Amino acid sequence: MSNGVASLSTQPAASEAAPAVSVNNLRKSFGNLEVLKGVSLSAREGDVISILGASGSGKSTMLRCINMLEVPDSGEIRIGGETIGLKKGRKGMEPADQRQVDRIRSRVAMVFQSFNLWSHMTILENVIEAPVHVQKRPKAECIAEAEELLQKVGIVDKRNQYPSHLSGGQQQRAAIARALAMHPKVMLFDEPTSALDPELVGEVLRVMRSLAEEGRTMLVVTHEMGFARDVSNRVVFLHKGVVEEEGAPTEVFGAPKSERFKQFISSHR
Amino acid sequence: MDFAFMRDTFLTLMGGVPLTLNLSFTSVALGAVLAMLLALMRMSRIKVLDWPAQGYVFVFRGTPLLVQIFLIYYGLGQFRPTLQAWGLWTFFREPYWCAVLALTLNTAAYASEIIRGGLQSVPHNQVEAARACGMSGFLLFRRIVFPIAVRQALPAYGSEIILMVKATSLASIITMMEVTGLAAKLISQTFRAVEVFIVAGLIYLILNFIITRIIMAIEWWLSPHLRRPPAIEPRLEAAHV
Amino acid sequence: MQQLSYFELVGFGPNGWGWALLTAAGMTIAVAICGFLAGSIVGTLVAWGKIGGNLVTRSLADGYTTVLRGIPDLLVIYLFYFGGSAALGAIGSLFGAEGFIGVPAFVTGALAIGIVSGAYQAEVFRGAYQVVSRGEIEAARSVGMHRWLMFRRIIAPQVLRYAIPGLGNTWQLVLKESALISVTGLVELLRQSHIAAGSTRRPFDFYVTAAILYLLITWVSTYLFQRAEAHSMRGMRRAS
Repeated sequence: MSNGVASLSTQPAASEAAPAVSVNNLRKSFGNLEVLKGVSLSAREGDVISILGASGSGKSTMLRCINMLEVPDSGEIRIGGETIGLKKGRKGMEPADQRQVDRIRSRVAMVFQSFNLWSHMTILENVIEAPVHVQKRPKAECIAEAEELLQKVGIVDKRNQYPSHLSGGQQQRAAIARALAMHPKVMLFDEPTSALDPELVGEVLRVMRSLAEEGRTMLVVTHEMGFARDVSNRVVFLHKGVVEEEGAPTEVFGAPKSERFKQFISSHR
Repeated sequence: MDFAFMRDTFLTLMGGVPLTLNLSFTSVALGAVLAMLLALMRMSRIKVLDWPAQGYVFVFRGTPLLVQIFLIYYGLGQFRPTLQAWGLWTFFREPYWCAVLALTLNTAAYASEIIRGGLQSVPHNQVEAARACGMSGFLLFRRIVFPIAVRQALPAYGSEIILMVKATSLASIITMMEVTGLAAKLISQTFRAVEVFIVAGLIYLILNFIITRIIMAIEWWLSPHLRRPPAIEPRLEAAHV
Repeated sequence: MQQLSYFELVGFGPNGWGWALLTAAGMTIAVAICGFLAGSIVGTLVAWGKIGGNLVTRSLADGYTTVLRGIPDLLVIYLFYFGGSAALGAIGSLFGAEGFIGVPAFVTGALAIGIVSGAYQAEVFRGAYQVVSRGEIEAARSVGMHRWLMFRRIIAPQVLRYAIPGLGNTWQLVLKESALISVTGLVELLRQSHIAAGSTRRPFDFYVTAAILYLLITWVSTYLFQRAEAHSMRGMRRAS
């Protein structure tokens, strides 16, 4: 059945290595509500995919499944060629091997809508926490690297402050640095600018754009049409748990095939 | 488990319940009066009233109840001639009165803080509205401030009453044969600590359960404004089903 | 014998009880700290049962806190003192020992305090856990922290910081509760005062001294808990 992967690549992927992320026929229900009804998607190395959709379309749930923050009811998730094993537990599905999940998670970094910086740690401590304690890398090396990353996102002067002392935009940039510090193969962004005041959105988008230009693999759930159009090389539109429209930004924005996507674009201008 | 022994134990220990309740209610009632006085002293903004009340609360909350009981029951014995001269010795000779006095003084310290919290929670605009209607002084206190404060303070006061029921057990150390006193005696006679403990614990749990229920009933009775409004139109109610 | 002045009585001279009282105050602090720490262990387990457990552990944990907060501490102390002795006696008789074997009063006392304060600490920990942001826990999961690492690095430090005021209150309770251990014969502050009062026939002087020492310990520990709270809240913006 694995041949049935509905690859979203515009070019055939056969000649390349395994995709960085591939999701195949993902299903997930919460109670009686089926949020994902068989979603498939794959991202090659260096892809920047914007995932659009109204609230409740399942876009965040899909992202959270890739990082196993939600466990899908069925379907397959492959990260860098490694399939995440699932087994039937007492309360639905659960990961077959928690160590595998921990290992994969440390290579798939997530940036949250509400930043979720650890409030009892300084910005620098937040950034080095996972490299030191999960990846067990030498602390001195992690600190040096963290300072570089904070320099890159433009808040190195805040490294010894606590998250609550930073603005939302600064916190989100710190969260991006925290994600980068793990040397992730893939970065997941779950509406990274939705909780920000309008004047702070730009500084976060600028950082994300520079990451895209570096060739990082990114899956971005967002409402920022400008980002989807200009930065990503692929757009996926989810509606009621299925992929309704997909393709390169110029294609989908230029000539949308789905009526719902047309409506969605016109209401998000 | 020896059920015949448990039943006998239960009957024996039930004999201590009247004294436990007597000590609890006497001291809670007297303590409430003293607490009210202390709370008003603390809120008077008059230093000569506020400071002694603050000191009182600090001392009685900062020292163990058992020390207070010993201080009154044994400690005052040091001044026996003086107390006899004043005619107070008949009072301080009795473990019952010493226990009641210590429990009263102790609960007053805790309860005064609860009452103060309740009084401070009364919204200022409601007091202002009452003043606008021409209320002042005792009338304002009796009709507006006090009823609001009581409702606010009742849950915490309920916990304090439960704590007092538990605290009466210390009276057993100065020979009062309430439930814990009888239990201790029974344990030292039979060495069956576990059985006696279970029965005595059960009695306290039942007492506290009943008291909690009573307080909840009073709370419900005092807060009609927090209850769901009665269904005026039954047809509307039916529509929700 | 000539009547000693109060300060000779509680002082450190040849007839003074000063050293005895100070040692006993040290014993009060020691038994209270041991009991409090035992209570922290019990409280953590019970809170864990309430938060993460299934229906059975949750009911057990709820039952535990309800029962322990509903019965007098003195009964628990009697249970441990007499019950522990009975249990030791039963074990002892297997090895040919006879009669009453006393459990060390310090152990009984610390355990009884631990069991009682555990019920209070469980509620404190549970309340503190509920304040920890779900998002921060999720962020920890998302970087691949396994359960124990997440507990150690993210949850425990935050729960502890939010729990400090509640733990301070529990500590005050424990301190006062330790006076009850005197009924088992442990020579802590109240017991020592009782002994001195009986030997000198100056009960008032000694119980007042005990009260002052208790106040002093209370006052110092209140200060220390406030310092700890201020320290732990660095970097935190207060909600109000």
